[in-house]
Amino acid sequence: MTEAVPNRVIYGRTLVELGQGNPRIVVLDADVPKSTNTSQFREAFPDRFFNCGVAEQNMICIAAGFAASGKIAFASTFAVFASMRACEQVRTSVAYPRLNVKIVATNAGLDNAGDGVTHQGIEDLAIMRSIPNLTVLSPSDPVTTRKAVLAIAQREGPAYMRLGRNPSPVLYEENVEFEIGKMIPLRNGDDLAIIATGNMVHQALIAADSLAGQGIQARVLDCHTIKPVDKAAILDAARTTRGIITAEDHNVVGGLGGAVCEVLSELCPARVKRVGLKDCFATSARDYRELLAHFQMDAAAIQAAAYELCGSKSAHIPSRSSARRSTP
Amino acid sequence: MRLEECPHPVPLIGAALDPMKTETNPRHLQRKACLLRRHIIRMVGVGKTGHIGGSCSCADIVAALYFSVMNIDPAQPDDPARDRFILSKGHAALVLYAALAERGFFPIGELDRVKQAGAMLQGHPDRLRTPGVEANTGSLGQGLSLANGMALAAKLDASNHRVYVILGDGEINEGQVWEAAMFGAFHGLDNLTATLDRNGLQAMGPTKTRLDTGPLRDKWLAFGWHVVEIDGHDMAQILDAFAQAKAHHGSPTLILANTVKGKGLSFAENNPGFHNGMMTQEQYDLAGRELDAALAALDDPT
Repeated sequence: MTEAVPNRVIYGRTLVELGQGNPRIVVLDADVPKSTNTSQFREAFPDRFFNCGVAEQNMICIAAGFAASGKIAFASTFAVFASMRACEQVRTSVAYPRLNVKIVATNAGLDNAGDGVTHQGIEDLAIMRSIPNLTVLSPSDPVTTRKAVLAIAQREGPAYMRLGRNPSPVLYEENVEFEIGKMIPLRNGDDLAIIATGNMVHQALIAADSLAGQGIQARVLDCHTIKPVDKAAILDAARTTRGIITAEDHNVVGGLGGAVCEVLSELCPARVKRVGLKDCFATSARDYRELLAHFQMDAAAIQAAAYELCGSKSAHIPSRSSARRSTP
Repeated sequence: MRLEECPHPVPLIGAALDPMKTETNPRHLQRKACLLRRHIIRMVGVGKTGHIGGSCSCADIVAALYFSVMNIDPAQPDDPARDRFILSKGHAALVLYAALAERGFFPIGELDRVKQAGAMLQGHPDRLRTPGVEANTGSLGQGLSLANGMALAAKLDASNHRVYVILGDGEINEGQVWEAAMFGAFHGLDNLTATLDRNGLQAMGPTKTRLDTGPLRDKWLAFGWHVVEIDGHDMAQILDAFAQAKAHHGSPTLILANTVKGKGLSFAENNPGFHNGMMTQEQYDLAGRELDAALAALDDPT
């Protein structure tokens, strides 16, 4: 059983595992290797590690140059910088020529609570999802993070993956099947479906447990691949439940919620509630959970959305004290 | 206008030269550069815009690279040991396409279909569509960073191949170029040679009145580069600069090439209107006559 550790630590560990078996792996970082955990690879393979300094645009294109020379280039920094500071480099130098660059970004969502808005990547899924040729991943726990890193290394072509900062509880057995583009069902239920990604998968499970105690059976699906999104699982959820809740540590605009709504509006219109950051910037907080609660992105918020979908609105909304709603 | 209708059809191949053979005779290389310019005006044609100025300003440098300096084999465009060329100022794609076609990477007839929907030759270079193209450039400022990656990869693999880049002097307004310059020098990438096509004009006018990037020599020296300044239309100086770059160890080389935008076409020389300009029929005819005259003057059966 894998212990509860930050997914970024698993990323670093898996890079070392990859590096041992494959001399084509090179790793680049924009001077945050301790944070992204590429430092583990640096220690194991100093010759194949390149700290590019605080210059993300240059780093992404260097990674592209490596890939054009036959390497498998992992490039890491924080999600906000990978997706926005170096956005056009990702688009034109990596995705357009379909180069074998794997951008693995940490500090996704509000997970870096203390540093506040400048370091919280809340738009990366929407941005990266809109770029052709790019596979976009957002794994939830240590077990699937390792499998996701191995999967993108093995899959030819460009990929973007986001990871959180805080320890993630283990949600899976080691032998769980992980396939890019295929959601993992974590819990069965036909009253409604919660499609969650990244850190919000754990919150979805907590919400589903609570809902079950009140006679509402919620299906929980781990949407670790934002692109290509698992259309079949979304359509099945729409056809066999009363409604869908999406849950993401990301702006509700354009990310997982957007992807699910795009599929449904064209193929099978259904009721959807999007749980996520409601198109605003967050704030600093001492504690990640405090932020999730304040911005109504936690298990309680998912539960509230469930009550709305099930038509039993106010009676069951758990009491959320005014103190928790105040600015953290 | 269709190419078949052009009043001055371009000879389809440089008859005096074997496209598979590299050249050391400066006159032959000058002739090649003239041929590249001939292809450029033919690809642009009459009444359509095309990046004539910046393609012609670096035609001599591109001719030197493709027909003398670089170790490349059109029959093996994916050979890991090949030298790499990145046209960072990707808007000058026409000169690259002309060189690749003349060098035998694809049939010269492809030049006739440049920018057509679905064509091998896109408005800016596309490595997935065009044999011999190494990087998708055109968004200014990214080529030197790509070259850093390729040069580091060569070092990592203990391969002796070299990486060549052409930068525009308007392009170096982009901050990423300076990130890349710091990085290349810091890592001692002496297998990397960048040529700055200093034609003095960017899209809307003189570089000096937009964002003056001078003093260029001092700047690149301060960034840790080996700098060689030349007349970018003097073939002997161009060849000598590349030789100096190859012989230099410990840092990357910047060839500061002073050039004339629109070189070889009297109406386009130093004329910012021909950054992405349009030729009249009269200008097109004149360009043909001028380049034919230049070719004739360089004719040398030896």
